Amino acid sequence: MLSITDLSLTLAGKHADLAILRSVTLAVATGEAVGLVGESGSGKSMTLRSILHMAPVNATVTGQILLDGLDVLSLRGEDLRRMRSRDVSMIAQNPHAVLNPVLPVERYLVEGMHDAQGLATRLARVRAGELLEQVGIDEVDRVLRSYPHQLSGGMLQRVVIAGAIAGKPRLLLADEPTTALDVTTQAEVCAILDECRRELGMAMLFVTHDLDLAAAVCDRINVMKDGEIVETGVPEQLRDDPQHPYTRALMASRPAGIGWTRRGGTV
Amino acid sequence: MSTQILPTHTRPAAPPLARFLVALYERMGVLGLIAIGIVLLVVLGAVLAPGIAPYDPTVGSVTQRYTGMTAEHLLGTDQAGRDIFSRLLWGARSSLAGPLIVVGVTAVFGNLIALVSVWWGGLVDSLLSRVLDLLFAFPNLLLAVLAIAVFGPSLTTAALALSIAYIPYTARVIRSTALRERNLPYVQSPQLQGISGAVITVRHLLPNIAPLIVTGATINFGFAMIELAALSFLGLGVQPPAADWGLMVSNGQQSLLKGYPAESLLAGLCIVLTVASLGYIGEKLGGRAAAGRKA
Repeated sequence: MLSITDLSLTLAGKHADLAILRSVTLAVATGEAVGLVGESGSGKSMTLRSILHMAPVNATVTGQILLDGLDVLSLRGEDLRRMRSRDVSMIAQNPHAVLNPVLPVERYLVEGMHDAQGLATRLARVRAGELLEQVGIDEVDRVLRSYPHQLSGGMLQRVVIAGAIAGKPRLLLADEPTTALDVTTQAEVCAILDECRRELGMAMLFVTHDLDLAAAVCDRINVMKDGEIVETGVPEQLRDDPQHPYTRALMASRPAGIGWTRRGGTV
Repeated sequence: MSTQILPTHTRPAAPPLARFLVALYERMGVLGLIAIGIVLLVVLGAVLAPGIAPYDPTVGSVTQRYTGMTAEHLLGTDQAGRDIFSRLLWGARSSLAGPLIVVGVTAVFGNLIALVSVWWGGLVDSLLSRVLDLLFAFPNLLLAVLAIAVFGPSLTTAALALSIAYIPYTARVIRSTALRERNLPYVQSPQLQGISGAVITVRHLLPNIAPLIVTGATINFGFAMIELAALSFLGLGVQPPAADWGLMVSNGQQSLLKGYPAESLLAGLCIVLTVASLGYIGEKLGGRAAAGRKA
């Protein structure tokens, strides 16, 4: 459903242009979870941002991004907003930064459903509660009334997930959704994300620097280095028979003693 | 939470007004309370002037010139025999109305320019910023004098001309702050939800820079009051025989030389006290806003 072909992104610099992405090509099938793994600065997040037209202002983006045949990079104005509100959702790294600090959580959820998706405010309120239950929040009313600073990172990330799945998008972009969280909540949040994704049959492009995490969550993994995808494969294959030296280096750089687990086990 | 758990042995609830004053004291300090008191007094005087002023501020009496402080004329009279206390009360009206126009017009247009240029960025931003640079090149009072030369002297002309001079300052300060906020994820995430720029600007950006807008407006108010008084002093703002503090300072000059300093001094004191109070309140509010931002 998502196919990225020859995506290149160049930042205009004072002296020389800086190539951030070099001919990235990857595909995500309907309902599939695809990982994008690499070290900091390898261009993972930039790839996600390009899909949503959120590349920096001084960047030149070339190539093609097709979303069910829709040429994403050519979208403008109203069409772009429709794509952002209905087809693709993004979950960012730090939930505390994502929510407006002066508005209660409920406004964040209702805004997305009312203003972007055209749901009546009253219905959106009800739906916000349902969504929070869906992401495993017990005290729904309390959380809805809370301000972002009153909630923990894990709790808030669930709110963000709830907001992301509210419009039943076909594609979920997850940009290191658990990196800013406690290790103890990482697993929970990941499990919730995975569950919601399966229930709604959404495809997901999952960006992380943690190869183990990607292996646990994704059906297929792309390894990225210096703006290029150097290797693609199913998790087991990357583990047993990594082709590219960088993949081997990534595997070797994991702290010793961490098990390789597939979905369902500990993450 | 809807229910608040209080310790069982709390003191009996103080009346709301006392509690409000205590809260205000904790926020603003003693000086802040005094400043608020002075501003309230001035506002009250201006609003109630028709009711409480003992004399008509524009009608004098030849037999009552320079009476000094008497029971009949609390603060004495000026060279035309007009009651200074009444003139101060009435003068508070134009002295507050002028800056109010300046602050209002400046806030509306300054913030509009700032937010528009922040949201659209690029060419729009560059263009608006250059226009602001152009405006910056004119000294405030010169711009006002120019406008008055064209449209004739009046409080409205003077206030509008000053507003135009003030807009670049407000726009520039707000723009720089809004620009910083614009690039934060909480502003970008609604954008990713497909919400339009205008809605994001009003709903997310504006509330987060509101403290700065309020502080700026308070401080602008003080500046505008001084500069409008200066214009009135020069005969370019409020026209005699109307009562206005700036006008009174200028009007009292001759009396000053004759040894009756009351009119100029009292009007000047009113201006200084009001401006200083507003400045202090603005600074307190600004300090609180800045502290809240760091937390």
